[in-house]
Amino acid sequence: MNAWLNQHRLAFRDAWRRLFAAPLGTLLSLVVIGIALTLPAAGWLLIDNLQRAASAAAGTQQISVFMALDADRKASDEIAARLKAAPPGTWRFVPRDEALKQLQGGARMADLIAGLPRNPLPDAFVIEPNDTAPAAMEALARTIGGWPKVAHVQLDAAWTKRFDALLRIGRLIVGLLATVFATGLVLATFNTIRLQILAHAAEIEVARLIGATDGWIRRPFAYYGALQGALGALLAIALLAAGKALLDPLVSELALLYGASFALRGVSATLALQLTLIGATLGWLGALLSVRMSLKG
Amino acid sequence: MISCSGVGKRYPGGLTALENVSCDIAAGEMVFITGHSGAGKSTLVRLIAAIERPTAGGIVVNGQNLAALRDNALPYLRRNLGLIFQDQKLLFDRNALENVLLPLAIVGTPPREATRRAQAALDKVGLLERARANPIALSGGEQQRLAIARAVVNRPAILLADEPTANLDEESAEHILGIFREFHQVGVTVLVATHAVPASAAGAREIRLARGGLAA
Repeated sequence: MNAWLNQHRLAFRDAWRRLFAAPLGTLLSLVVIGIALTLPAAGWLLIDNLQRAASAAAGTQQISVFMALDADRKASDEIAARLKAAPPGTWRFVPRDEALKQLQGGARMADLIAGLPRNPLPDAFVIEPNDTAPAAMEALARTIGGWPKVAHVQLDAAWTKRFDALLRIGRLIVGLLATVFATGLVLATFNTIRLQILAHAAEIEVARLIGATDGWIRRPFAYYGALQGALGALLAIALLAAGKALLDPLVSELALLYGASFALRGVSATLALQLTLIGATLGWLGALLSVRMSLKG
Repeated sequence: MISCSGVGKRYPGGLTALENVSCDIAAGEMVFITGHSGAGKSTLVRLIAAIERPTAGGIVVNGQNLAALRDNALPYLRRNLGLIFQDQKLLFDRNALENVLLPLAIVGTPPREATRRAQAALDKVGLLERARANPIALSGGEQQRLAIARAVVNRPAILLADEPTANLDEESAEHILGIFREFHQVGVTVLVATHAVPASAAGAREIRLARGGLAA
């Protein structure tokens, strides 16, 4: 156990030294890895922010329930009772007389309505659901639509659904982008490590002759790949923070024009940790693939 | 300690380097493998160290049948062998001490103990004061002694040397042989491949090879 720890400690130290042995090459690799991680992460942040902006802009999301014209008060009471039994959120009953009165408040409408033989408006309910996720809203509207004497259920925020579909496509694109760049990162590490192995050919040969296992030979390269990936991720985090700092004043100005208060969300601690882990894992993977292929030959 | 029976090595292309070589070397023996160049000395050493595999016969080293040894068990066999090559195979990107530290790093010796043992090994071959020197700055004899220090730092049971004195002047060669003799005296099995038994070692056991086989 102790020997094993010592081997790892030495391998880590070796990897760290090799990183600094060729600063320019290391820096170039880090920039490549940093950019490869920045682009998908930036796309992810963009979608995250758009989603938040959309839900802020949508404001209160309502479902309007219109009763059939021939429905009497008893039918409306039945709906009210059902809503009361299991309230999906806050809701309000709008009797047809009240709706008519509201409509008459508009100056020009009053004349028009006065000419009507009877009240053309149905009883209605306005519901503000607790769960405003598009799928949940949709399901709720469908349920209520099936209740007796309900003529029409209107989702007032249908556009959020469309926007959500767009965001889903966006997320898919970011996912594809991330896959492409992750592959790129693995390949970049693969190549760096291949060159490293060539540079250490003599050491590897001697180490094998005096009893080094393949694991021992692999270890410093694996650490090197992981370290390089993690440092590249830190660079990506710095780039993202810089980008946010650049965009922040523009976004708050825009938000002010729309009378909204909205601030960009940057890289959270969790995302930073995830990026670092992803960078390290991909680097490690690239290194292992490279060593495996080189040592076979 | 080392037992060869009917060992043969034929390279692809038809070159036969060794044919039907049998020999037994007991623990604690000091043996010279002699013969002209091309006699198969180096091949025999490489087979015993499992750097190459024989195409005929069997070799048992330290109780382990090399033919039955799996690739992933090889490193552990090598750790019990001290290998010394004609071209030393020193690493010129690090100093003498760090060269000797390599076998200890491979087995995971704690750093402080590793340094102590590496220094002891360098002291043994008379290179302690050159510990910080790069091997490239050492003379041929010193480089060979450094290679010996690296080979013995893990306290192997067997020392295997392939033409360790081939490129050295007589005095340096004698110095190297003296070091081998000291290890032999403390119980290490020593096997040296060389073109002829040196005068100072007259009477030592000799395995003579000629054209790939045991000489009469």
